[in-house]
Amino acid sequence: MSKKLLLKDAHIEGIRYFETYRKQGGYGAAEKALKMTPDEILEEVKASGLRGRGGAGFPTGMKWSFLAKPEGVPRHLVVNADESEPGTFKDRYLMEFLPHLLIEGMLISSYCLGSNVSYIYIRGEYSWIPDILEEAIEEAKAAGFLGKNIMGTGFDCEIYVQRGGGAYICGEETALLESLEGKRGNPRLKPPFPAVKGLWERPTVVNNVESIAAIVPIIDITGAEYAKIGVGRSTGTKLISACGNINKPGVYEIDMTITVEEFIYSDEYCGGIKDGKKLKACIPGGSSVPIVPANLLLKTVNGEPRYMNYESLADGGFATGTMMGSGGFIVLDEDQCIVEHTMTLARFYNHESCGQCTPCREGTGWMYKILKKIEKGEGKMEDIDLLWDIQRKIEGNTICPLGDAAAWPVAAAIRHFRDEFEWHIKNPELSQTQNYGLAHYADPIPAVDNA
Amino acid sequence: MSETIAFKPESLAQVHKIMARYPEGRQKSALLPVLHLAQKEFGGWLDVPVMDYVAELLSIKPIEVYEVATFYTMFNMKPVGKYVLEVCRTGPCMVCGSEKILDHIRTKLNIKDGQTTEDGMFTLKPAECLGACGYAPMLQLGKFFHENLTIEKVDEILDLCREGQIALD
Repeated sequence: MSKKLLLKDAHIEGIRYFETYRKQGGYGAAEKALKMTPDEILEEVKASGLRGRGGAGFPTGMKWSFLAKPEGVPRHLVVNADESEPGTFKDRYLMEFLPHLLIEGMLISSYCLGSNVSYIYIRGEYSWIPDILEEAIEEAKAAGFLGKNIMGTGFDCEIYVQRGGGAYICGEETALLESLEGKRGNPRLKPPFPAVKGLWERPTVVNNVESIAAIVPIIDITGAEYAKIGVGRSTGTKLISACGNINKPGVYEIDMTITVEEFIYSDEYCGGIKDGKKLKACIPGGSSVPIVPANLLLKTVNGEPRYMNYESLADGGFATGTMMGSGGFIVLDEDQCIVEHTMTLARFYNHESCGQCTPCREGTGWMYKILKKIEKGEGKMEDIDLLWDIQRKIEGNTICPLGDAAAWPVAAAIRHFRDEFEWHIKNPELSQTQNYGLAHYADPIPAVDNA
Repeated sequence: MSETIAFKPESLAQVHKIMARYPEGRQKSALLPVLHLAQKEFGGWLDVPVMDYVAELLSIKPIEVYEVATFYTMFNMKPVGKYVLEVCRTGPCMVCGSEKILDHIRTKLNIKDGQTTEDGMFTLKPAECLGACGYAPMLQLGKFFHENLTIEKVDEILDLCREGQIALD
């Protein structure tokens, strides 16, 4: 049984309301934190080893320590709730069912960072969630945990919710800030980083929903205790949103010591592959991270079990590994067509490119067109090399990481499933009616018996 | 134009409440929330006079509104039906059968992607990832998500729409 810190009370009826949340000990961490100095809180966050849960995995304490503190200039905390990465729906769960956990985390973080006005920027399509958050904010305010002179400390804090308009790129922190300023979500050139010039050119920290929610247990149990959970630099717990061809899709909290095999096949988590089919491949960290075939997913390059943590998933680099990313775990069974799946992701990134950088604007559309052609059985063998060439010319050549996010799925699909692309090209008449099945693998992966 | 277009008093109060969330002189930050309000109140899409009205309210130039409204997918730049069916078709939804759902809607309503039925009742909009990957396939209708869709469930939703029995807000 995995240790639960964030979702430990998620099953309690009415936990989204202040009264129930408070009865479960809610806002106890805030009371504790407001008796500490901001520096002491920062030290706890550093000691916890918490890494940003939005996908990049950058140490949160270090990010906070970069915040500029010029005299007389307001600072801001902005929570990134623009969850738009295919496969990722964990923050939605937190906000929908545990809004006070986020609000309490924001109160502690705002106090630590010296932000008197903080914002939650939420993807526009989550249209019913702002009402839940705003209700929670009002409740917290009525109870004296937000507003003026919180708990007699002299600290003031207001939290506002801002809805986006439907743009994946606004999950990139500088694009998010542009959007929050009422502009198109075009990413900014860095430096200057938001910690120096962020929202309205004021020092700003932008953190993911899960990262800010994790501040509550860190203060509750101390950073040192939090760091004891997990393994290596993958400390604490991580929310994983699991989907695709599995028996039990949903949001799970893991302590990053379990194996990928256990996560997929045990009843505590995904419950195995749907309809008793075989595992073909998986994208474990949201659509932008490299897809891996079953054999490389379950074992590292050295043949050891692969674990659900930052280091183990990345073991072997891009050739054999993948990434923890946002924890959006997409499982594909033996019937899935990698070319078709890659094409839908290419279409997504093409649709979501802001168009600011030429390699991304032109390259994502080009990749989508080629993949569509191959999928329809109209491709040529040289198209595969052309795809490879285009993705290489996008990667690392754009202002923001959307270019990399668009390139990596294509690169990994070709790297691991080139024979499937070739099959589509060689068998145009079959590619419309059949999928390239598991039987075509040189090294077929047996279904794992977890009984 | 702005003489004939105006928010209802309660919506206007909401606009002023939104503008108060930002520092003095930063009222442009209210643009996205105000555009959401405008789209809801003025027929489900953003006509140029509506955008001009929003610009006037926020004391910004009309071009600043146009460039934002056309950037974000949630804002409709042309008239839409009473019910906008936004069906997610990316990655996990595709894996779980979103294309069958889309095909069914296209055939049943006799419309292509982006089109509106002749009676003005439905518009079909394929969408790119709506954050419901674990409950796929899904569609968004107004404010709410309808998840774990089957063909039968889609038919039921369409019938409820025709009967005016489905919540949009």
